[in-house]
Amino acid sequence: MKPRLIALGDSALLIQFGDEIDPGVNQRVHELDALLNLDKPAGVVETVPAYATLLVHYDPLLLTYAETSDWVNAELDKVRSAASRKPRRIEIPVRYGGVSGPDLDFVASYHKLSVQEVLRIHTSHIYVVYMMGFTPGFAYMGKLDDPIATPRLETPRTKVPAGSVGIAGAQTGIYPIDSPGGWRIIGRTEVRLFDLAADPVFLFAPGDRVQFVMEALDA
Amino acid sequence: MLEVTEVSGLATVQDGGRAGWRRFGVPASGPMDVFAFRAANMLAGNNPDAAALEIGSGDLVLRAMYDCVIAVAGVGHNLSVSSWNYSPWSSCLVRSGWTIRLSQAGFGTWSYLALAGGIEVPGILGSRSTYLRGHFGGLEGRLLRSGDVLQKVRGVPPLIELAARSVAEEARPAYNAAPTVEVIPGPQTEHFDRQSMETFLSNPYKVSLSSDRMGYRFEGPRLELPRGADLTSEGLMAGAIQVPADGLPIVMMADCATAGGYPKIASVISADLPLLAQCTPGRDKVRFRSTTVEAAQQKFRKLMLKLKMGILSAEEDINFIVAGA
Repeated sequence: MKPRLIALGDSALLIQFGDEIDPGVNQRVHELDALLNLDKPAGVVETVPAYATLLVHYDPLLLTYAETSDWVNAELDKVRSAASRKPRRIEIPVRYGGVSGPDLDFVASYHKLSVQEVLRIHTSHIYVVYMMGFTPGFAYMGKLDDPIATPRLETPRTKVPAGSVGIAGAQTGIYPIDSPGGWRIIGRTEVRLFDLAADPVFLFAPGDRVQFVMEALDA
Repeated sequence: MLEVTEVSGLATVQDGGRAGWRRFGVPASGPMDVFAFRAANMLAGNNPDAAALEIGSGDLVLRAMYDCVIAVAGVGHNLSVSSWNYSPWSSCLVRSGWTIRLSQAGFGTWSYLALAGGIEVPGILGSRSTYLRGHFGGLEGRLLRSGDVLQKVRGVPPLIELAARSVAEEARPAYNAAPTVEVIPGPQTEHFDRQSMETFLSNPYKVSLSSDRMGYRFEGPRLELPRGADLTSEGLMAGAIQVPADGLPIVMMADCATAGGYPKIASVISADLPLLAQCTPGRDKVRFRSTTVEAAQQKFRKLMLKLKMGILSAEEDINFIVAGA
């Protein structure tokens, strides 16, 4: 099925593959994203993959909406023939519970599971970086197995430390920098996700596969 | 070099914006009023997207530490250099030791000061724009403060060609305190009932005091979201109008988040975003009017072409300034 193309203002084109969080839909977003970035015409500024959509930012002084959508439509015809790139897989060591993961006990009791069972589920899946946003380097990952999907805090914390690993609904993610946040924090990693002095600056890219590894469990 | 001697309000270094990093969650940043920003750079003989100073709702006083040419464009500030008053939308020669004063006045919020040759600050992720919430870009990722010294980028082209230029008034957007700004409806029109679209397009909305470089909030009739305000997050850009559950529209501005999860009723067109940006929060009222993407893109091209054609030199003024200096 062809996605729907629609103008978002006069400088962006939204490609809608669906409107829900679904691994298959997200996969199609990343396939088209990779293809569009192989050879962008002058005037296409950048693309931003999200859960079920791909946003193409373009310079309206250089391209019209019709020219941009013609280009996207021509590329869409090539998607099926394009060999999909093998996604990168990144392991993230995590210190779970204790001061690193103040909400781990809540997540366990919310689901009537033991802490060990929550960890087993969280570390046994390979998650997909569906999209990035919120703060520089923040990766929205899923899809969490239903047994540990947990609603956000009712009142967000004013400061969540960098490296905190959290759960929000059926998503999991890591805070790249200290920031306010409402995700349930179950652990923390020492790995830097965003470092202006590093190369690459961002550890994750949309479409990456991520697996959490238990480094320690604090009481 | 220019030394900051006094500053109040939101003064930052901005260039044309940070392209290519929105997929990682890094906002584009850049100027609030792209027309005035480009005008200042073009007056100063710079690349239109070169780094310049943005000053919002406050005053800025600088001291020149060498002979240079500056250009100021924008709305809401008076300009004086040494003991002379200048109209904004012009460039002028500044001798070493002279004081440049931008003081808040009348309607408007943002002005731009470009230095012939551009301003040298380190490029972060390919841009010199300040991203305040991220604490990077511009001058150490922060607002300007007194004592800061701004370096010029490179050797300045012959001063005489750049001083005393101006942007013809008829080439500028019709800035005013009650603008009608055009919007392209969508893409989530189906999240709103028919009455809400009519309400949105037929009532004035006051720019709220809780507006900033990230977004302008509004006070006015609330819009109904019968299907709720939750949308699976998707990409955003400046101009997009998100409507959260309280039914009050938020227009995303220069430091706009890269993605958002509220339905978008419409987007302000590029040509009219400067008109909206210059409105004073807590005071000015805006009306929204529907247009098409084709008409919007033509309007923006025409506006930027008018700017290019509207840069005037004034030979007499140059001779006077140079002789008198």
